[in-house]
Amino acid sequence: MAGLEDLYREIILDHYRSPRNRGELPVPPAHKVEGFNPLCGDEVVLYIDVDTDGDVVRDVKIAGQGCSISQASTSMMSSAVKGKSLEETRQLIRAFKALMSIHESKLEGESDGSDLQADLEGVRLGDLEALQGVVKFPVRIKCATLAWNTLQQALDEATAETV
Amino acid sequence: MSTLDIAAIKRDFPLLEREVNGKRVTYLDSASSAQKPVAVLDAMDHCYRHYYANIHRGVYAIAEEATAAFELARRKVAGFVGAKSSSEIVFVRNATEAINLVAYTWARANLREGDVVVVTHMEHHANVVPWHMLAAERGVELRWIPMTDDYRLDLTDLDQLLDGARLLAVTAMSNVLGTLNDIRPLADAAHAHDALLLVDACQFVPHVATDVQEWDADFVAFSAHKMCGPSGIGALWARQELLEEMPPFLGGGEMIRDVRLDGFTTNDVPWKFEAGTMPIAEAIGFGAAVDYMTALGMHAVRDHEMRLTRYALDALTERFPESLRIFGPLDTSVRGGAISFLFDGIHAHDISQVLDEDAVCVRAGHHCAKPLMRQLGVPATTRASVYVYNDESDIDELVEALAKAQKFFTP
Repeated sequence: MAGLEDLYREIILDHYRSPRNRGELPVPPAHKVEGFNPLCGDEVVLYIDVDTDGDVVRDVKIAGQGCSISQASTSMMSSAVKGKSLEETRQLIRAFKALMSIHESKLEGESDGSDLQADLEGVRLGDLEALQGVVKFPVRIKCATLAWNTLQQALDEATAETV
Repeated sequence: MSTLDIAAIKRDFPLLEREVNGKRVTYLDSASSAQKPVAVLDAMDHCYRHYYANIHRGVYAIAEEATAAFELARRKVAGFVGAKSSSEIVFVRNATEAINLVAYTWARANLREGDVVVVTHMEHHANVVPWHMLAAERGVELRWIPMTDDYRLDLTDLDQLLDGARLLAVTAMSNVLGTLNDIRPLADAAHAHDALLLVDACQFVPHVATDVQEWDADFVAFSAHKMCGPSGIGALWARQELLEEMPPFLGGGEMIRDVRLDGFTTNDVPWKFEAGTMPIAEAIGFGAAVDYMTALGMHAVRDHEMRLTRYALDALTERFPESLRIFGPLDTSVRGGAISFLFDGIHAHDISQVLDEDAVCVRAGHHCAKPLMRQLGVPATTRASVYVYNDESDIDELVEALAKAQKFFTP
């Protein structure tokens, strides 16, 4: 049986109590995207300043409100992608989503998780791995992925403009 | 002293014996959906095993038995809410569908651009979104009755709000705050402005003796699943003459009198609104739930819940005087047993998660009442709600589990 300590790892509680990169960025040049979890009212506001020519996520600021998992995940995401290249950021998004869905797909018997394992291959998740315990609490997976879905949307919008 | 033997009532509900994480379930989420007594389970099981067939169609014995049982259930539901006749009860999936039925039939036949529908800040989405949809489609204007600081409806400007209104749609009991709204004066005010009154009684009918005629309402919506009946069945009560005038809702079998190549004529009320094969066993289970609640006595149920709500409010405020804030009236004579609260520094979902460790079931979130949550200025609350099978021990479990959550998140 999954215990609370699987879900609420110390590093998660730390990011919840002291979120990193909280604030705003001027729009433009930054992009602002809001993400909602309509089921529980979690809210993520993401400001992202992307330098498409220099291929770098220059800066990230976050705001919003919600449960410890959604807010900690947002804070950890902001630290993880700041300064990364666009491809590294996209890899990280794929890897994080894979981390969140391996357990689910195994449960449903759809896949052995090997296709998802490929997304995790060679990606350093670091502190983000602490969120792995969330998959044992299926209703909370959406809390953890909200920030990352919002990031994906922000990245798509930021890069679409220059195409 | 309670006239109800709660320990005996608890034993009527098999699920309440269930263990989760090695602990007996403490079920405090009845405002979301109530548990089912053996009497309801048996009634539905008996239908499926002994006399299940489609209703209003077959000429054979079991089809007639099924039809008779289905219509008997309608009479029971009608009696339970004080309807003049069982033909004033339309079976629907739930209160949400009942309200949508009114929005799609009566409202779309009668309301046009510039007409006004008045709702309140404490409505469930079920009594908000159908009117938003109507407003978007027809240019109908929505007006809102605000709330006072003590979580009651602020009726100061009621007459102005009702000026030009065709419908007042209001909850009898808030699913978030527990607030009971005094329906009769609202009906009188609405009628004085030639508006009709729709009551969302989903949280009320399961807990308080209901008399739709005493209310002088025009439409009343409620669900079986919140009153110990099955999910998938609910009822719309409406005055007979309104139902007669209203166009049909869904088209199909059963709701017609005749169908020709060039058109159709509708069946009598209430079958006019019951297209397709209905949830037959569920309706019968609904009737069994009415029998169960009637045998307990709705006045005794209300007395018990008032006492238990008092106990819960006191226990929560005494144990967590600094950290817990209750949203809703503290006077149990004007509230039901849904208790929403905010815990300082701990999000509702995290509380609910920790409570689950101790098999304490509460609701966390916006409770399908986002306009209200915005008024309260909070994204989510935790809600514990009591019913007839809860007692003081359930509240004690809740308080202990909350103390654990507090310790976990604020070391």
